[in-house]
Amino acid sequence: MDKNCFVSITDLSKEDILNLLEDVKYFEENPNQTILNGKIVATLFFEPSTRTRLSFETAVNRLGGKVIGFSDASTTSSSKGETLKDTIKMVSNYADLIVMRHYLEGAARYASEVSSVPIVNAGDGSNQHPSQTMLDLYSIWKTQGTLENINIVMVGDLKYGRTVHSLLQALSLFNPTFHFVAPKELEMPEEYKVFCDKNNIKYIEYREFTDDVINLADIIYMTRVQRERFTDLIEYEKVKNVYTLHNSMLENSKPNVKILHPLPRVNEIAYDVDENPKAYYFQQAKNGLFARQAIICKMLGISTKKQQ
Amino acid sequence: MENGKKELEVAALENGTVIDHIPSNALFKVVSLLQLDKLSNNITIGNNLESKKFGKKGIIKIADKNFLEEEINKIAVIAPNAKINIIKDYKVVEKKRIELPEELRGIVKCSNPKCISNNEPMKTLFKVLNKDNIVIKCHYCERVMTKDEIEIL
Repeated sequence: MDKNCFVSITDLSKEDILNLLEDVKYFEENPNQTILNGKIVATLFFEPSTRTRLSFETAVNRLGGKVIGFSDASTTSSSKGETLKDTIKMVSNYADLIVMRHYLEGAARYASEVSSVPIVNAGDGSNQHPSQTMLDLYSIWKTQGTLENINIVMVGDLKYGRTVHSLLQALSLFNPTFHFVAPKELEMPEEYKVFCDKNNIKYIEYREFTDDVINLADIIYMTRVQRERFTDLIEYEKVKNVYTLHNSMLENSKPNVKILHPLPRVNEIAYDVDENPKAYYFQQAKNGLFARQAIICKMLGISTKKQQ
Repeated sequence: MENGKKELEVAALENGTVIDHIPSNALFKVVSLLQLDKLSNNITIGNNLESKKFGKKGIIKIADKNFLEEEINKIAVIAPNAKINIIKDYKVVEKKRIELPEELRGIVKCSNPKCISNNEPMKTLFKVLNKDNIVIKCHYCERVMTKDEIEIL
């Protein structure tokens, strides 16, 4: 892993991931500290994302750091035509670390090349969102006790879903078996299937979301099927309720199975699932806070070992 | 010609480099990639010449010029079958094949309109994943492109 940036989950080795998971665990046990005392973190959201921004800012505030930044680029000089390079150069004069969200793919990688302070990617277009992947990995690791040999069922929009692609890339280091459940229009893109083949990773594709696939899962990763992804709205009407998880469908599922979802959900997880102890999506979102604390401290070179 | 040798369509070179077997439609891209328009050397360019392999081909002869390998390898994306002949005293003293480099910097345009490299004044950078089939990956947006999608800047 490049010490200076947290841009893409594919930059991390297996060892990097496992070390970082230990750090996340440490912050879950010690979320309120002062180890970022005197540090300023900039959160630059060229594209609004309230959930992600609040999670990063909470992470900094709970560790005693200070936050500067903007939540919408329309009020900044980038709307006057300033280049990303110039904005990053300017802010890196002020802050110790930059967390950035951008609507263009590759923006964080480029920023990491021009910045004098570490860059944490909080989402670049439809490309990467590595802190989301870290919290997904932590949720799996924590609930299953390991990342190795997991049967993971991915459901819904597997074509455009950035989170499933990054999770697939990261989990590929841990000998998983993937089960892809999606309509034809939203199936896993060819390049990821080629990636699995190349790395000898087992995957099975399904069109229907049945008990059979649910019952062999250790993790069920639900995603939102978005109306705007369909060119043919009749197709959308046909599939929109096919990939909904109801509590009754979990009756014969494995005892260790956990339901994950990057949130926000619409109707793909029925509300009757919320009370089931197998539902984990709200805890998963909470893990995002600890994951971001771990990432920020790692990038700033602040060791958690001293505190442990 | 009297000795029966087929007449050369482009004049022979005393010393320098010949780039042969360039696809006709890529010839002027090769010229601009190698920045031949900025050279003051004697340069002969032939295009739409007969070729057994391609049907039509282009050829460039640059007098008194040797290219560095990384310079010449830039053209591998558009003319992968081009042959480089180094000429001394009208004789071919060395033949080189073109090989795609590990990285392509500032040569190829990313096919993703939402890539940062299409929206900022910056150089593009691609990693070459497969040299034989020409598969490249954008260093920035991570899009994978195959030969048909490649557009030269």
